[in-house]
Order: sequence, then C-alpha cells, then structure tokens
Amino acid sequence: MSLWKDFSNGFYTENPIFRITLGMCPFLALSTSMENAVGMGAAATFVLIWSNVAISALRNVIPDKIRIPCYIVFIATFVSLVDMVMAAYAPALHKSLGIYIPLIVVNCIILGRAEAFANKNTVLSSLLDGIGMGIGFTLAMALMATIREILGSGSWYGFNILGQAYANQPILIAILPPGAFVLMGFVLAAFAVIDRRKERAA
Amino acid sequence: MTHSLLLASAVGAASQGGGSSLAQVMGLVIGGILINNYVLSRFLGICPFLGVSKQLDSALGMGAAVVFVMAMTAASCYALWQLLLVPLHLEYLSTIVFILIIAALVQFVEMVLLKFSPALYRALGIYLPLITTNCAVLGVAVLNKDAGYNLGLGIVNAVAGALGFALALILMAGLRGRLEFSNTPDAMKGKPITFILAGVMSIAFLGFAGLGV
Repeated sequence: MSLWKDFSNGFYTENPIFRITLGMCPFLALSTSMENAVGMGAAATFVLIWSNVAISALRNVIPDKIRIPCYIVFIATFVSLVDMVMAAYAPALHKSLGIYIPLIVVNCIILGRAEAFANKNTVLSSLLDGIGMGIGFTLAMALMATIREILGSGSWYGFNILGQAYANQPILIAILPPGAFVLMGFVLAAFAVIDRRKERAA
Repeated sequence: MTHSLLLASAVGAASQGGGSSLAQVMGLVIGGILINNYVLSRFLGICPFLGVSKQLDSALGMGAAVVFVMAMTAASCYALWQLLLVPLHLEYLSTIVFILIIAALVQFVEMVLLKFSPALYRALGIYLPLITTNCAVLGVAVLNKDAGYNLGLGIVNAVAGALGFALALILMAGLRGRLEFSNTPDAMKGKPITFILAGVMSIAFLGFAGLGV
C-alpha cells in the first residue's frame, strides 16, 4: 500500500508541475507540440528514475556535506547518456529539443526528488517514486501540449483535427512564449477551483 | 520562433568568422536583453523569476549576482572547452564539466563575498546557492559553445542575457508589488495571476522581435 503511494504520488497529489511548480523551463518551452512534450517527458523520466535509483543505492556512502555536488554529477552523467542516445537514434527530436536536453541537469524536479526522497528511502521506493514523478511530469506536459498544439496549430500529435481552414489561421499566440505563460495561469486557476470544490464536498 | 531566432544568431556568428564587429556586439546586447529575453522568450531561469520576484530588494540582489556569475561562467567554460575538452576530444563530457564549473564558481563567489563583503553576502545569502540550479547560467554556457562564440562575444552574450534576466525579474517584482493591492478573483490568487502577468510581459517583449537586429 505504501509502495503504491510512493508510485502514485506524482500523478496528482504531488504533481511536480501543477502542485510544486518545479521544472518550469522545459515545461513551458517544449509544450508547443505533443511530439516535443512526449520526447522531453521520456528523457526527463529516464534521468529521474536512474538518478533516484543510483542516489538511493549509495545514500549511505555519499558524505552528507558534499551530497549536492555528488547528486549533480550523477544527474549530469545520465543526462549525457540521454543526449548521446537521442542524437544517435532520434536526431530530429534531438534537434527540436535542442538546448533543453543538457538543461535537464538543472531541472529542479530531479534534484528535488534526490534531496527530498531518494536520500532517505529504499531503492525500490525510490525507483517507484522516480517512475511516478516521471509519469506525472509527462502527463502534465501532455496536457499543456494538447491545449497549445490544438489552439496554436489546429493539430494533435501532428494530425490535423480542426480542419485546414483553422490550420491556415490558428491562434498562433498559443504556441508562442506568451501563450505558455497565460495558458499555464488558467490551468493553475482551474486546478485551484477543482481543489476548492473537493474541499467543500469533503 | 525561439529556435529560429537562436539559429539565426548562431548562423550570424558563424558567418562573421573570427573578428567581432561592433554591429555584432550590439546585436547580441539588444538581442539578449530585449528580443530573446532569457526569461520571457527562451524560458530560462523561470524558477528564480517566480520565486525571487516578490520584493524589489531581493530581485535587485539576485539580478546583480546572476550578472556576475554568468559572466564568470562564460569565461571559465570557454577556457575549459578550448584548452581541455577540445584538445583531448572529450566534447561529450561538456554537460558534466560545465555544471561542475558553475557549482564550484558559485561556491567560490560565496566564499569571496563572505570574506570581503559580509554585508552583500548577508543580503544575497539565500539566493546565492540557488544560482547553481538557475538554467540561464548553464544555458548560456551551452548556447555559447553551440554558437561557437569567441571569448569576448561569449562574455558579451552572457552579460546581455543576465541583464535581460535582471530586467525581467525587477519589472516583475515591481508589478507584483502593485498586485498586492488589487482585487484578484479567488481562484487566480498566487501563482495563476503571476503566470498571466508574465504572459502579458512576454507579449510586450514579443514586440521587440520587430527590431530585426
């Protein structure tokens, strides 16, 4: 039961994006299309899982005073791995994610989970926490990308769904930087309303 | 659009070759501060932008610290890249090396400030360690490397980017001060309205794209 909680925490109750508002940079920059969102979600999930596992396995060996630099080196290693694999097998995706791949190193979600969870919990719990948080991050990116891609290009995952007439004159601002900020504001407000409803019902 | 702008600046730098003309420097300065603002159009450094913009004083301190750290980062990452990683064919280690340089640099700045200017250290205290995980800092190191800037242009790019970050942070702090006195709908209080405010600022900065530097 508690293992299930470790796993499912990241989906909603402690969703890294909508609850704790961490990891905003790749979230806002790459939620322009589903393709980018899924690519970024997968890359971040991979790094999150393995850094959680490595840090939790070595939590009794790493000296407390220099733990943050140690975590960063672990994370940077996994990020370099993702960078190279993606450049070799998915060059188009690698190009469109661009600078945001090396920037996974400074994604606060990953360092945050290392510090808040992996260094005090067992390897199995940390693995599940990494998978759950990764899924939570990917779901959040997918939600935002769905809104932005449909409004901004009239398509979803590259498939035109609102018709050619809309695709010729879309609400372009949704996929430009201001659209990311404004739509994120409205999504967060929607979450606040849902929470209030729940509280009132309880 | 962000990517096409980045690409354009990279191509511009490559076609210029070794020498750096005044026009190129001006382009980087105006581009970094206004057109490609690190926070509002490249989405770098959003966490401190949202976290440290509650008061004008701390926004000013954070802005100044980031300008300093980013200039130092650009210089030291350039040196290590050219003198160590390229000659030894270790280019694939760049991410690890850059983040370690930044972490060491921030620690170093912290120690120097503590020794020589305890007042400034106390003022910046909490915000200094946060700079390590500011993606604008690692971002500028990677951008400079990818664009192939020389040392001078790299530092100009870093300082311009950091000034753009500081400008966005300070403007946001001023606006949030005003927001305290406004009557916001309940659901919008806190983070949602801050994001929308950032969006409105971003629209204003989008207007600079027409400058075409």
